[in-house]
Amino acid sequence: MASTAVTPTRMVLNQLKGRLRTARRGHKLLKDKRDELMRQFMDVVKLNKQLRIRVEEGLTAAFSSLQVASAIMSPEMLEQALLYPRQSVELGLKYKNIMSVNVPQYSFHTKNNDPSEIYPYGFAQTSGELDDALDKLARVFQDMLELAQVEKTMQLLAEEIEKTRRRVNALEYVMIPELEGNIKYISMKLEENENATKVRLLKVKEMVLQDAHHYK
Amino acid sequence: MLKIAVIGGRETVMGFKALGLETCPAANAQEASQALRRLTRESSDYAIIYIEENLAVQMTGEIDKFKDSPTPAIILIPGREGSMGLGQSALKAAVERAVGTNILGD
Repeated sequence: MASTAVTPTRMVLNQLKGRLRTARRGHKLLKDKRDELMRQFMDVVKLNKQLRIRVEEGLTAAFSSLQVASAIMSPEMLEQALLYPRQSVELGLKYKNIMSVNVPQYSFHTKNNDPSEIYPYGFAQTSGELDDALDKLARVFQDMLELAQVEKTMQLLAEEIEKTRRRVNALEYVMIPELEGNIKYISMKLEENENATKVRLLKVKEMVLQDAHHYK
Repeated sequence: MLKIAVIGGRETVMGFKALGLETCPAANAQEASQALRRLTRESSDYAIIYIEENLAVQMTGEIDKFKDSPTPAIILIPGREGSMGLGQSALKAAVERAVGTNILGD
């Protein structure tokens, strides 16, 4: 258990005791961090799951509407209709700190605030299905943005949890037992030395007494 | 100001174009990974990149590279053929990574 590299002196013993205290403290803190991260992570996972389902359903619906539209209109017409967007999206990015993990927070605003302005074409030459499809797409886009934020948060948290978990385990199963072993080794060695000294002194005393009084 | 890009089949991205997102039509995975590389190398202007699932399935290696960096967020979306469940499996992978086992029970 005790690695052979330690010299059994009082100074090293004191050093090791200090390190053990720090390791214990660090272990406790990291464990708390891991638990809190995990709690946050589970919330995010739950949210992600719901959003994922919503987005997938919404997109599928939007795409099927688009499919209908493309069946009605000629491909050239469709492309022409969508070629030049009236709308443009700008994304703001801020970071939020969750237990020292920086996770993105998106805020977005569109140039055109009027929701009816998403159609970049005149209504005369396009079919109503196209309007329908775009409307659905615009609606699901809100969820898609949130999904992006939640999913990224989830990935970043997962990474941090993995790291923290490893640190906790390394401290708990490697560092702390090793330090404890070394401390035990040194204190036993010191005790042994002490006993040896005591026995030697007794022996010397006996010899001196014998010399002085000629005991037999 | 940051931008959002969509990589996917021509017909998939068409609708997003009308919403004002940047679109990169890609016919196959090779074109898609080229587009991805272009978007991520040119600048860090793109905060979110949506990739169609059926393209993403062949370029997981490149997508995983961005997993641990705060930007860009690469999000898989289902294509026209419907969901392949790839997004769900990404969620499962993240849980497994964090917890060590899959605790969602599915």
